[in-house]
Amino acid sequence: MLLKHTTTKIKERSALTVNPAKTCQPIGAMYAALGIHGCLPHSHGSQGCYAYHRSALTRHYKEPVMAATSAFTEGSSVFGGQANLVQAIDNMFTVYKPDVIAVHTTCLSETIGDDIPQIASKAAAGGKVPEGKYVIHANTPSYVGSHVTGFSNMTKAMVDYFAEPGGEKTKTVNIVPGYVEPSDMEEIKRICAAMGIPIIMFPDTSGVLNGPLTGHFKMYPDGGVKIDALKKTGQSMGTLALGNLASSAAGFALDSKCKVPCKVLDLPIGLTGTDMFIDALRTMTGENVPDSLMFERGQMMDIISDMHQYFYGKKVGLVGDPDQLLALTKFLVSLDMVPTHIVTGSPAGKKFEAELREAVKDVPCDVNIKLGGDMYLFHQWVKNDPVDLVIGNTYVKYIAKDEDIPYIRYGFPIYDRIGHSYLPTVGYRGGIMMLEKILNALMDRQDRDATDVNMELVM
Amino acid sequence: MRKIAIYGKGGIGKSTTTQNTVAGLAEMGEQVMVVGCDPKADSTRLLLGGLAQKTVLDTLREEGEDVELDDVLKPGYKGVMCTESGGPEPGVGCAGRGIITSINLLEQLGAYTESKKLDYAFYDVLGDVVCGGFAMPIREGKAEEIYIVVSGEMMAMYAANNICKGIVKFAEAGVVRLGGLICNSRNVDNEKEMIEALADQLGTQMIHFIPRDNVVQRAEINRKTVIDYEPENAQADEYRTLAKKIAANEMRVIPTPLEIEELEKLLIDYGIAA
Repeated sequence: MLLKHTTTKIKERSALTVNPAKTCQPIGAMYAALGIHGCLPHSHGSQGCYAYHRSALTRHYKEPVMAATSAFTEGSSVFGGQANLVQAIDNMFTVYKPDVIAVHTTCLSETIGDDIPQIASKAAAGGKVPEGKYVIHANTPSYVGSHVTGFSNMTKAMVDYFAEPGGEKTKTVNIVPGYVEPSDMEEIKRICAAMGIPIIMFPDTSGVLNGPLTGHFKMYPDGGVKIDALKKTGQSMGTLALGNLASSAAGFALDSKCKVPCKVLDLPIGLTGTDMFIDALRTMTGENVPDSLMFERGQMMDIISDMHQYFYGKKVGLVGDPDQLLALTKFLVSLDMVPTHIVTGSPAGKKFEAELREAVKDVPCDVNIKLGGDMYLFHQWVKNDPVDLVIGNTYVKYIAKDEDIPYIRYGFPIYDRIGHSYLPTVGYRGGIMMLEKILNALMDRQDRDATDVNMELVM
Repeated sequence: MRKIAIYGKGGIGKSTTTQNTVAGLAEMGEQVMVVGCDPKADSTRLLLGGLAQKTVLDTLREEGEDVELDDVLKPGYKGVMCTESGGPEPGVGCAGRGIITSINLLEQLGAYTESKKLDYAFYDVLGDVVCGGFAMPIREGKAEEIYIVVSGEMMAMYAANNICKGIVKFAEAGVVRLGGLICNSRNVDNEKEMIEALADQLGTQMIHFIPRDNVVQRAEINRKTVIDYEPENAQADEYRTLAKKIAANEMRVIPTPLEIEELEKLLIDYGIAA
């Protein structure tokens, strides 16, 4: 009982977070930056920040995460980090030879107010940025928003720095995939390829953080969106931003900078979520949906109808990031499951909360929702109103264990299992994976609890 | 050792008043240290006869952690020990953090130890206490007495009142107290009466009224305090008097800051409208 001190009695808390359901902006910024080919993320702050961000990503993806830091000292925090960053840019381009350095700030450099574009232009003026190489930046103070905000900010920076307005519009569609796994990005690309639609996806961490073991270390893996592609996003016919919180900032920036119309969708999680995505692709490009995708959709439908009795009425507790929670909640409701407790640590806004409440309005019980909540509160809710299944990141496992509830790992971070970076949860195939995970968790429990008499052979 | 911090609106004459007063104390044979807490590093210029020393933070930046006390602490007029915390150039970095860093460093280096036989340590702090760093001299029992330099101009009084609000917070948590207001005259009508009334309402005293005299500026351009430059001048005696009053002062209060309406009323009763 690791969390035995969690009380059943819930008291209003305003100044204390226990077991936060979010992490800090630079993690998202670093993850997004790794989705540019040949990019070295750079953390402008003290070494501890960067060590944590790298190790968090490494633990989640089980891959080396290359990044650099300004290594602030006491002196840098007083005099500003210009000298450190200019030196760092010089060192990185000289020693590690990236195509792009993506600088994100930290709480410290934000608070002292370091002006990154000014420092970067100083470095450029001093000849520290080689021809054809780039320094981009995003402001990522951790006391604002969450890792999702950081991801959004760095993704928007890709538009701000690279997208070029003007020129003939092409038949290409931009896709901002949201803060999803490399496997999900791969799956989105596969779906678009199946429909014959040329896309530019940014960021794209597939092939970067889920690469193969080849015996050869590559500082910059083969994956990632190329700079040329990022420049051409301004000529695309449209942008699909998947997940409002993580992706719409970049999508709208592209709209205002290059007049590329942007449509914001839910993450393509579940049957309807994927339908909406594929339909948006179809309407935007005029391409038909191929039989291969319809086949996958049919398989997913088949599983849902075959196994509906196992989903029906099951109560679920969810902890995660806003975009995922919204899409997942809609998916679960469509299966006749009952999302009962929903917590995200990210401050996602009233509009998001209204949409989430709309998604559960027909659920036959009271639904607890907290944005900017924490897992302590989630645990308390679960104690007061037990659920049949919890879905959340690795930190939720303590709650699941203490309360003896079936549990599915989903979201960020997952430190204690593999799979998420290789097997998608978006699209119809990802939907099938999700259905399988949910069923496994519920049916394993049923088998475990079955007596000798009511143990079922066929389920 | 008495540890004293001088606060007040920017440009009110904190550094000038501090150094002249310290010169008076030094004349009396007291051993004094002045810690300049302003990125401009001009708090000890008159005592040292110019901007004659490297600041704590410059030294820290150039020498790393390997700073010796002698590098940053220089004797000036009549053996007054002078140090400047320094800070970043305008518009970059964090001057507040600079104050924290340099005061911590001075403590680590033993600038305040018994063996230094200091009778007084003066902190001369940048005009507006804009962030936590500038409150460092009155945190954690560093300075125990505060004097606020003020004049009869409204914004100076407004700033003094605001500083009192800050003192209340730190006083409730620690030992710091307000010792009084020093009126550095700007020749405003009824100035003395008005500041006395302000002091009264704040629950403190106007410890001294320093008349305005151009000899201060003449001494400054010669990089000297008035006591050093024209010892016989009547203005020098004003500073000697202030030094004696501070030496003898036993009044220490937690101030009672005024509401803005009360402050405005004071100005109307004594000021221009009177």
